[in-house]
Amino acid sequence: MSDTTQDGPMLAADGTTLKQSLARSLRREKMRALLLIAPLLVFVFLSFVVPIVSMLFRSVENSIVQDTLPETVAALENWDAQSGELPEEEVYAAFVRDMLVAVDAKTHTRLGTRLNYEETGMSSMFRRSGRQIGRLDPVDDAPFKDTLIDIHDGWGEVNTWAVIKTHAVPYTNGYFLNAVDMQRTPEGAQAQPESKQILVKLFGRTLYMSLVITGCCILLGYPIAFLLANLPMRSANLLMILVLLPFWTSLLVRTSAWKVMLQQQGVINDTLVWLGLVDDAARLIIINNQIGTIVAMTHILLPFMILPMYSVMQTIPPTYVRAAKSLGATNWTAFWRVYFPQSIPGIGAGSILVFILAIGYYITPEIVGGTQGVFISNRIAYHISSSLNWGLAAALGTILLAAVLILYWAYDRIVGIDNVKLGG
Amino acid sequence: MKLSTSILALAAASVAGMVSAQEMTIVSWGGAYSESQKRAYHEPYSANTGVTIINDDSSAEAVAKLRAMNEAGNVTWDVVDVVAADAIRLCDEGLALEINADEQLAPAPDGTSASEDFGDLIVSDCFIPQIVYSTTFGYRTDLVGDTPPTDVCAVFDTATYPGMRSLEKRPINNMEWALICDGVAFEDVYDVLETEEGQEQALAKLDTIKDSVIWWSAGADTPQLLADGEVVMGSTYNGRLFSLIEEQNQPVAMLWDAQVFDLDGWIIPTGLSEERTQQALDYIYFATDTQRLADQAKYISYGPARASSAPLVGTHADLGIEMAPHMPTDPENSKRTFLYNYEFWADYRDDIDAKFQAWLSQ
Repeated sequence: MSDTTQDGPMLAADGTTLKQSLARSLRREKMRALLLIAPLLVFVFLSFVVPIVSMLFRSVENSIVQDTLPETVAALENWDAQSGELPEEEVYAAFVRDMLVAVDAKTHTRLGTRLNYEETGMSSMFRRSGRQIGRLDPVDDAPFKDTLIDIHDGWGEVNTWAVIKTHAVPYTNGYFLNAVDMQRTPEGAQAQPESKQILVKLFGRTLYMSLVITGCCILLGYPIAFLLANLPMRSANLLMILVLLPFWTSLLVRTSAWKVMLQQQGVINDTLVWLGLVDDAARLIIINNQIGTIVAMTHILLPFMILPMYSVMQTIPPTYVRAAKSLGATNWTAFWRVYFPQSIPGIGAGSILVFILAIGYYITPEIVGGTQGVFISNRIAYHISSSLNWGLAAALGTILLAAVLILYWAYDRIVGIDNVKLGG
Repeated sequence: MKLSTSILALAAASVAGMVSAQEMTIVSWGGAYSESQKRAYHEPYSANTGVTIINDDSSAEAVAKLRAMNEAGNVTWDVVDVVAADAIRLCDEGLALEINADEQLAPAPDGTSASEDFGDLIVSDCFIPQIVYSTTFGYRTDLVGDTPPTDVCAVFDTATYPGMRSLEKRPINNMEWALICDGVAFEDVYDVLETEEGQEQALAKLDTIKDSVIWWSAGADTPQLLADGEVVMGSTYNGRLFSLIEEQNQPVAMLWDAQVFDLDGWIIPTGLSEERTQQALDYIYFATDTQRLADQAKYISYGPARASSAPLVGTHADLGIEMAPHMPTDPENSKRTFLYNYEFWADYRDDIDAKFQAWLSQ
């Protein structure tokens, strides 16, 4: 074999070293692969990464105060909110100059809306004052302190200026504090008054109810998946269609159907009364509360539990159970010791899917949840579409995202993510 | 070369066609309400001008969507139908165009200026009033015994009128009714509601019926609940009750007492091209003139916002019944009414809503 040995490095056909040539072709290969998935990458980046990052950013972004009232914010630097005294004339003069610009650009009402989230009454104060301040002259009409207090009493209150100063930071933790029932005050973070505390409770309820729904889905889904995997082909196919059927029905229709079923004059109550099991005067209340949400959401999310379970169970060879039985195991032992452990990856996959879908559910709790069955997502929707407090909505969303990631991490530590299979 | 030029020309023409003002997107609430606008405003306007009108039923999320569109720099709506409170919000956010009523809206047929004709209903510089609607109660005539309720406080009287009630899942209106039924005079309601104690008083009153309330979030809920016999009485928009009673012939009657007037109207988004803004203004000029507002009342029982339209209100286009007695503004119906206080709720909405939701979840 001496004719194949060479002194120098191995050369490829074109004369470059084999190593270089290999590296080049590998690189080309990689580039081709990258180009193939480039559309998907760009799509995921634009439609997933960018919105999430911008949402995270919104939860701390707060440049509006400084942008609208730059001189006032600078002048307030030297003022101590705790002194209990009103700021000096220079602050008022700076405020008038800022407001004249803001009124021209019509941004003062926007600032009013922003500050109204923190202090009720700011919205109308800025709106009403804007018109009158707009007529002032920044030089001739000085001094402004009394003029402003004449225009609106609020400008004569220490608290007004304290709120402006407290929220003048370009990046704020205020939204996150609000999201956990606290608030940013001149004296630091403090709890909201008890009568306004709701969000932490809703977070807790969302987690708790999502867990209950996941549990219900496991209990109901397991036997069905088992049947699907073990019945003869023909009946299994029929059953499969029944499982998939709800997927072809609109979510709203399914939820509304539960309304018809569960309400007090609904199908279930009517049947129970007709059977004499329930008194007509004491019909069951099984909707517009937690039961309604759990029932409807379990039904809606059930296929997401059954399908991964089924695909895992299909891969469990029936010979194992037969072997166990031939070695003397009872039916139960064979199932519990041999079959069940092999089906756990399916339960894991189904649980993660159902839990994560449940935690962000909005429309079903809104329709059948009443007061006790609503989730944090219903509050997020309120702040996005009604109060326009997008900063708070973003903070709530960020916390929800973090909660899911932490739970996912915990799940990985306890069960192991390798133990999760969607099939195969 | 020739081919590519003609393709270019074609593309240019189609782009020009897309942005030309021959098409408008008008956003409204959908359902019977959009239908009434279509028949009273859109169809005659299209017939007159050849402009194609595209309906978008997004008014419920209009404020959030407009803000998102504005941030993205691509506003695709030309005219948007919103309630007055949303118009104020949009105006504050700089998302709606300020309107000079006398210059940009049609005067009344007798020459009265638009601002005088609409009067106090122009609650914001950006708001072009269209209808007066009310949130009021309907009750099941067969479930209230021999003494049908005549007073809004029947809602809080579970002894005389046992059964469930439906109320909207928000503080607005409910807090006012609670205070009225707790002995607060009409004119003092908002002064009381400004204080912590007043808010607690209202919630305490609502607490007395909390177990008998189904809370709704869509205007269609109460009519459905009434039709199913699920509730004895419930609040909703008067037009929904009208269609339940007159069109679906359900055993339901109106309790006009202490109805809360609210306004609905148009805004034009900011950030439109000059051409589109002119087009939108042209549409608004047409759609809010005296005759058009009166025409809308042929299809739905909401009161026209112009004083000059009231005498022109006729009969329902399909049912043939007189519409005037079904209007919230009819003297017989509006003996005790309440005008939604926009400024108050713009300030207090978030604060009281948080308290209300915390109370609800207790």
